[in-house]
Amino acid sequence: MSRRARLALFALAGGGLAAVLVIGFTGLPDFGAYHGVYGRIIDGIGVTLRHGTDLITLLNFDVRAFDTLGEEFILFASVLGIVLILRQLRGERQEPHKEEAEEHSFARASAALRTLALGLVPAIVAIGVYIVVHGQITPGGGFQGGVILAAAPLGAFLAGRYLSMKAIAPHLLIEWGDAIGAAGYALLGLSGLVFAGIFLRNYIPLGTPGHLLSGGQLDVASVFVGLEVSGAFLVAWTQFLDQAMLVRGGQQ
Amino acid sequence: MTVLQVAALAAVALGGAAVVVSPDPLRQVIVLGIYGLSLTVLFFVFQNPDVALSEIVVSTVGLPVMVLLALRKVREQERQREEQKQRERG
Repeated sequence: MSRRARLALFALAGGGLAAVLVIGFTGLPDFGAYHGVYGRIIDGIGVTLRHGTDLITLLNFDVRAFDTLGEEFILFASVLGIVLILRQLRGERQEPHKEEAEEHSFARASAALRTLALGLVPAIVAIGVYIVVHGQITPGGGFQGGVILAAAPLGAFLAGRYLSMKAIAPHLLIEWGDAIGAAGYALLGLSGLVFAGIFLRNYIPLGTPGHLLSGGQLDVASVFVGLEVSGAFLVAWTQFLDQAMLVRGGQQ
Repeated sequence: MTVLQVAALAAVALGGAAVVVSPDPLRQVIVLGIYGLSLTVLFFVFQNPDVALSEIVVSTVGLPVMVLLALRKVREQERQREEQKQRERG
């Protein structure tokens, strides 16, 4: 097909798509105009019945907690896939470029910048833990806080110390974190089956709305998800980092 | 719709186009990060801070690290292949 014919086809298809989108979007209700019932029910029961002030976390970890179980295992399975694909193949060997693995610098980063990256590590940990444990009160929760927590050891890597990053977050630890988080969430659901008769039904005391320990299982689920997510991201990143920094050779 | 919301929508439209037209993968990662930030602002001004937080952690931390490291590995393999070719010639 010639270039002109392709352009003509694109103009026709693109124009048609644009027209359909314009017709479709102009018929949408305005932002904030909500006619559903589900949202209103959640608005109504969130604080009064479940004692969680962040309704999104309430949805994720209580009302639709079963969906979150599925999402969690999507992440778990995809990280497992990364580990499988990036495993050490025959003929490949781990051999750090000495100057790179022990101490390297990105694009001539200054010592001040690298010190800042290292100094940010505790601050990142604090923010991550805050976001995880306050999931039921303010925006955030296990997933967001988990990724922030996973970014903390990355600070050591950006500061130019890959091997010390591996010392902070060794393979075994992050793999266990990933596995315990995933298993913990499933076990929380099973314990609901045992103590309340329904899978993932809350049986933990609800506490006072707005307090740190409130919302019953919201906090527990948030911590398990945080553990799973930070473990999963760190396992995935370390696999990529090992490939980029350590693994050499192999068939090409 | 407020001015902020219109501005955020425009930034997302421009950012998405900018990601597609950047030719060099390395620059593309950075543009993708900025595009993710504009999406974060979009979610925030449309009153969904939870999704905004998810977006900011994935688009500015989670994804760029993986893409950058993959790019580095690919370039290293390309360099090795060229070195091998030169050795075979010389």
